[in-house]
Amino acid sequence: MDEEIFDAVIVGGGLAGCTAAYVLAKAGCEVVVVERGSYSGSKNMTGGRLYGHSLEKVIPGFAETAPVERVITKERLSFLTEDAGTTVDYTTPALADPACASYAVLRAPFDQWLAEQAEEQGAMFINEIRVDDLIVEDGKVRGVRAGDDDLYARVTILADGAVSLLGQKLGMVPPLDPHKYAVSAKEVIQLDEKTVSDRFGVKAGEGCAWLFVGDPTNGHIGGGFLYTNKDSVSLGVVTTIADIDYNDTSVPDMLKRLEHHPVVAPLIEGGDIREYTGRMVIEGGIAGVPELVRDGVLITGDAGALGLNTGYCVRGMDFAIESGRLAAETVMAAKEKDDYSAASLATYTAKLDDSFIMKDLKHYAKFPTFMEETRRMFTDYGPMLNEIMSGMFTVDGSAPVPLKKKAMGSVKKVGLMNIAKDARKGLKAL
Amino acid sequence: MTVEEKLAVDKFHVDEEFAHIEVDKDGDAKVIDRLVKLCPAGLYVRDENGELTFDYAGCLECGTCLVAGKGTVVKSWNYPRGGMGVEFRLG
Repeated sequence: MDEEIFDAVIVGGGLAGCTAAYVLAKAGCEVVVVERGSYSGSKNMTGGRLYGHSLEKVIPGFAETAPVERVITKERLSFLTEDAGTTVDYTTPALADPACASYAVLRAPFDQWLAEQAEEQGAMFINEIRVDDLIVEDGKVRGVRAGDDDLYARVTILADGAVSLLGQKLGMVPPLDPHKYAVSAKEVIQLDEKTVSDRFGVKAGEGCAWLFVGDPTNGHIGGGFLYTNKDSVSLGVVTTIADIDYNDTSVPDMLKRLEHHPVVAPLIEGGDIREYTGRMVIEGGIAGVPELVRDGVLITGDAGALGLNTGYCVRGMDFAIESGRLAAETVMAAKEKDDYSAASLATYTAKLDDSFIMKDLKHYAKFPTFMEETRRMFTDYGPMLNEIMSGMFTVDGSAPVPLKKKAMGSVKKVGLMNIAKDARKGLKAL
Repeated sequence: MTVEEKLAVDKFHVDEEFAHIEVDKDGDAKVIDRLVKLCPAGLYVRDENGELTFDYAGCLECGTCLVAGKGTVVKSWNYPRGGMGVEFRLG
C-alpha cells in the first residue's frame, strides 16, 4: 500500500505542538497535528500568564496580533491568613519591555491563533481525533494510530500534555508521582474592561499577576493565583497532590475560600463566573523530567514535565514553546541526515541542555524539595507577617508596645533559628 | 456558587457510550477520601451511606485522579474519545 509518510506527526495541538508545527511547516516539512479536542486550546487551561520570550524567537512581535489579554506591569505576592493579608506590590512599566514581557492569556483563543499561524505556514491539523496508540516497528516509533487509522511519520512528536498516556505506553514517561504534580482549579470571572483596570490600578491593556500563599490552601503546600484578563479575571488555586492528606479542605472549597477572602472578594464583586476549569501543574523540577528521545520519537512541553514552579514564578507555556521549537529544529536536522534514530535525534537533548529550559531547571534543582520541606512557608509566615502588621496598624487607645517588641513577639512564635534556617535553605535553592 | 453550578456554566459533549474513567467503589477508603478532596470538579462524592458515587460527565480531564488513585480506586483512565468531553471556550 502506498502510504503517505509525513516528516512529522505531532500529537496535541497545544503550545508545544503548534510551535513545532509552525517551525517545521515554515521550513517546508510535511507536518500534521492530531488534536483530540474540537480545536486547539479546547482542552487547555492556564493560570495564566505566558512569559513571551520563547515565542518572541519564533514569531517576533507576536503580541501585536495574538489574542493576549493584558501585558503584566504589576506583580503582587500576598501572605494570607483567614481574615488578613500582607501584600508586596511591584509595579513598573519596565515589566512590559518586549524582551521580558509576560502576558495574561486564555488558552482557547490563544492556541487557536497559534494553530492558525502554523496552518498558514502549511501545517495540517486534524481535530477531534484521539490518538490511541503509537505504531512501533522494530522498536522504532513510526507514527500514530487512532481507532483503525494509521498515520505514518519519520518522527512522532508527543505534545500530548501533562498526562502523556502515549509517553507512558512507550515506557518513556513513568507513572506520575503525586509529589511531583499539583492539581489546579480555576474560574474566569467576567467584569468589564474599565472595572478590571480600576480595581487593579492598571492602565488599559496593562495587567496584574498575583500569587497568594497561606490561607487558600489552608496552610499547606500550594496557593492561589489571580491574573487580570482584558475584561475578566482568572482566579484559581494550586495544591500538591501528595499534600492532600494534611488538608481537610477540598480543592473546590479552597477556591471558594479564596473567592470569599477579604483581600480578594471586593475585587471580583459583581462578576459572573464564565468558565470553570482544572488541570495538573508540574512541580517536580529537573528530577521529574523523563526520557525525552527514542528512535523516531521526541517528547515536548508538559508531556516531558518541562515546567518550573518557584512559588513566586510559575512557568510551563514558555517551556512548551521552546521545547516545541527545539524539537522542530531537531527533526529538520535529522531530515537533512535522513537519520531518525535515537542517536541522531539526541541533538534535541543537547539543544534542551543549551537552552533556558535545562539551565533554569538545573539552577532551581533543589527548589521542589525546599518547598516540600519548608512547611512554615505555608503555615507560619502568613500569620507572623499579618500579626506584625496588626501590631503596627491597630490603634485602639491601649498602652503602646514598642514596635521591636511587637514584631519580635510574632517572630519568636516561629522561632528566629527556624527563620534563619529557612532563609539559608531558600537562598541556596534559588 | 457550588462546584455543580460552576460546572453547569461549562460546555460538555458527554459521550454516553464510553465512560473514560471507571472506578472501584469498594476500593481503598483512604484513596477515596483523597479523591473526594482532590477532584477539582467534585465528581468523587460519598453519599449518605458513605458509598462512593462518581460521574464522569463533568470531568475536566485533569488527570489528578489517575495520579492519586490508579490501581486502587481508579480502575481505568483514558481521555474521552475525539471531540467528546469538556470544551474550554476560554481556558
